[in-house]
Amino acid sequence: MSDVTATESLPAPIADTVDNPVSGIDQTAGNFSYKMDYEFDAGTGLSEKTVRYISSVKKEAPWILEFRLNALKQFLAKPMPTHWATKDLENINFDKIRYYLSSGQKPKRTWEEVPDDIKKTFERLGVPEHERKFLAGVEAQFDSEAAYSNIKDIVSKQGVIFVNSTEGLREHPELFRKFFGKVIPTGDNKFSALNSAVFSGGSFIYVPKGVKVAQPLQAYFRINAENFGQFERTLIIADEGAEVTYMEGCTAPKFSTSTLHSAVVELVALKGAKIQYITVQNWSANVFNLVTKRGVAEEDAEVRWIDCNIGSRLTMKYPGVVLRGKRARGEVLSIALANDGQHQDTGAKMIHAADDTTSNIIAKSISVGEGRSTYRGLVHIPKTLANCRNNTECDALLINEHSRTDTYPAISVRGRKNSVQHEASVSKVSAEQIFYMMQRGLSEGEAMSLAVNGFVNDLVKEFPMEYSVELKRLIELQMEGSVG
Amino acid sequence: MSQLEIKDLHVSIGEKPIVKGLTLTVRSGEVHAIMGPNGTGKSTLAKAVAGHPSYTITSGDVLLDGKSVLPMQPDERARAGLFLAFQYPSEIPGVSIANFLRAAIQARLGEGEELDATGYYKRLYSKMDLLQIDRKFTSRAINDGFSGGEKKRCEILQMAMLEPKFALMDETDSGLDIDALRIVADGVNALRSTNLGVLMITHYQRLLGYIVPDHVHVMWDGRIVKSGDKSLALELEAKGYDWVKNELVPA
Repeated sequence: MSDVTATESLPAPIADTVDNPVSGIDQTAGNFSYKMDYEFDAGTGLSEKTVRYISSVKKEAPWILEFRLNALKQFLAKPMPTHWATKDLENINFDKIRYYLSSGQKPKRTWEEVPDDIKKTFERLGVPEHERKFLAGVEAQFDSEAAYSNIKDIVSKQGVIFVNSTEGLREHPELFRKFFGKVIPTGDNKFSALNSAVFSGGSFIYVPKGVKVAQPLQAYFRINAENFGQFERTLIIADEGAEVTYMEGCTAPKFSTSTLHSAVVELVALKGAKIQYITVQNWSANVFNLVTKRGVAEEDAEVRWIDCNIGSRLTMKYPGVVLRGKRARGEVLSIALANDGQHQDTGAKMIHAADDTTSNIIAKSISVGEGRSTYRGLVHIPKTLANCRNNTECDALLINEHSRTDTYPAISVRGRKNSVQHEASVSKVSAEQIFYMMQRGLSEGEAMSLAVNGFVNDLVKEFPMEYSVELKRLIELQMEGSVG
Repeated sequence: MSQLEIKDLHVSIGEKPIVKGLTLTVRSGEVHAIMGPNGTGKSTLAKAVAGHPSYTITSGDVLLDGKSVLPMQPDERARAGLFLAFQYPSEIPGVSIANFLRAAIQARLGEGEELDATGYYKRLYSKMDLLQIDRKFTSRAINDGFSGGEKKRCEILQMAMLEPKFALMDETDSGLDIDALRIVADGVNALRSTNLGVLMITHYQRLLGYIVPDHVHVMWDGRIVKSGDKSLALELEAKGYDWVKNELVPA
């Protein structure tokens, strides 16, 4: 136990209403940090001691500590992937990051049990009254512990397990251990290794055979301490014929120094199952967001990633699907908006490993000001397979002359019986379009945001209603400051 | 009663003078037609009045109810009551007509005022009925893949919804077959009222058979060289633009 309280080092709340809109909720209330006393604090820097501390605080089984220590070794041994990725990664100072903070509460079960200061946070985030009730089904992660976690009665009656990672590994090892770290091995990349060493929080979900979860399970994440990295770990297993949609929205208050978010999300869709995973990422502009997301789709199963990146300083994220069973389907729909000082390095991976599998990638990026967006795609269909299909579309919209977009599609399709289709476009919002809209009475900023919203409209339609409305507002806010 | 005064207006594109001293006053309830051959500056006049950034007004003034619009941005001019029906309307992919108009009307409301959605759709549908436009039309993206006729009807629908004081209609008849022309003209006629002044720009007399103007002006080389009533359009049609060139333009 540490007597360090994170509040001491926090800057005063910043009353900026435009730069750091909050995802999921009222955007004017996002830039603040609330007073919180951390009962457990692993301090800054990363060593074996840190890992052991985290594991002991969580009272983990020996195999998990083993798993963590092995991961730490791999993390330390792996070089930064700067031979292909941006050099900006070198600006992450791993010694200044806090790898674990917790107020030490057990995950909460009912709304009444949620601490008042956290309720206050929801209030300040502008979560409306009816949604707070809706939060009864929400896994909300405040810093590294789930401060509030309550599976709706309906969901648990269906036999669905919806817990945080610590509880999942402790209470249901027989279910989760089988797939934990299997879809994304520890050594997949430097940051998956980092996450495997220090993970805390995130959701572990199991949906039993044939169960279709009617409403999306939700999670809110936010970073609430300076220099505090967030390393949530999520594993979702949909048993045969099961269906589930998971949504995560990220909000983070603004801090002057860089923070690191490095999550690992593994999805397992067994025979005939469907998993849809929706992310609206709006980290503040100092966050390195380095996330590994991958799903496995068995026979007749479907994994669908809907991924929207608006915030962060640098995002590197390429959701993937391994199509392991016949007729499996994989899809990635992705929207990235890179504003001044931001680099959205996103894309998708589709690994075909069985006959008759299909994959679809639609990626749209918008680069504003000096923002930069990069698309990296990997499609792999070996020649031993037949009747596999991939469709890839990537469209980039440049708002002005200093913005930048790059596309690196790597498509390897062999064999005579497989097909692939790739389309890419780069467009600009023309001065004539802007004049046309201004002639109808819209300001330049409104005109620009309307054009951008139009560009992503067909993808946004795929989002659940409340997220699509939110996304539209976020884009408006981002565009307002981009003209004139 | 409103008044749009164009006073000795000179407009250049780059260094090249296009409009060379044009004076014209349109009042509410009046329909003026400007006729002239291609390249005489008709469209330049319309775009310059609307505030297109590529057109430089080198001298003269444009007054709306006595106040110069020249210091105003295009959107301010639009909100003040100037509407330009484009000859070539822009396509805005992914933005539906309904959402676009909603945003345009919202932009006219004061700070903190919210558009009443129910009232908006009611009004939209009634205007569409008036203009005989299928309701499915509103969910299509603005001008995206529209035929020439659909684009022009989309312009008229926007004009109906935004209720400008003055409408500048730039070659509204171009690219339309006779049926589409009649539908568009019926739409404009349905919007004619004592509150609306119209400045129609056209190359052909044809349109004026459907939208009968109160005043006709003949434009040549950046100036109005003759004004009259609707009979001037017929005379022009009969005699051709050579007549203008040979008899009306001062040597």
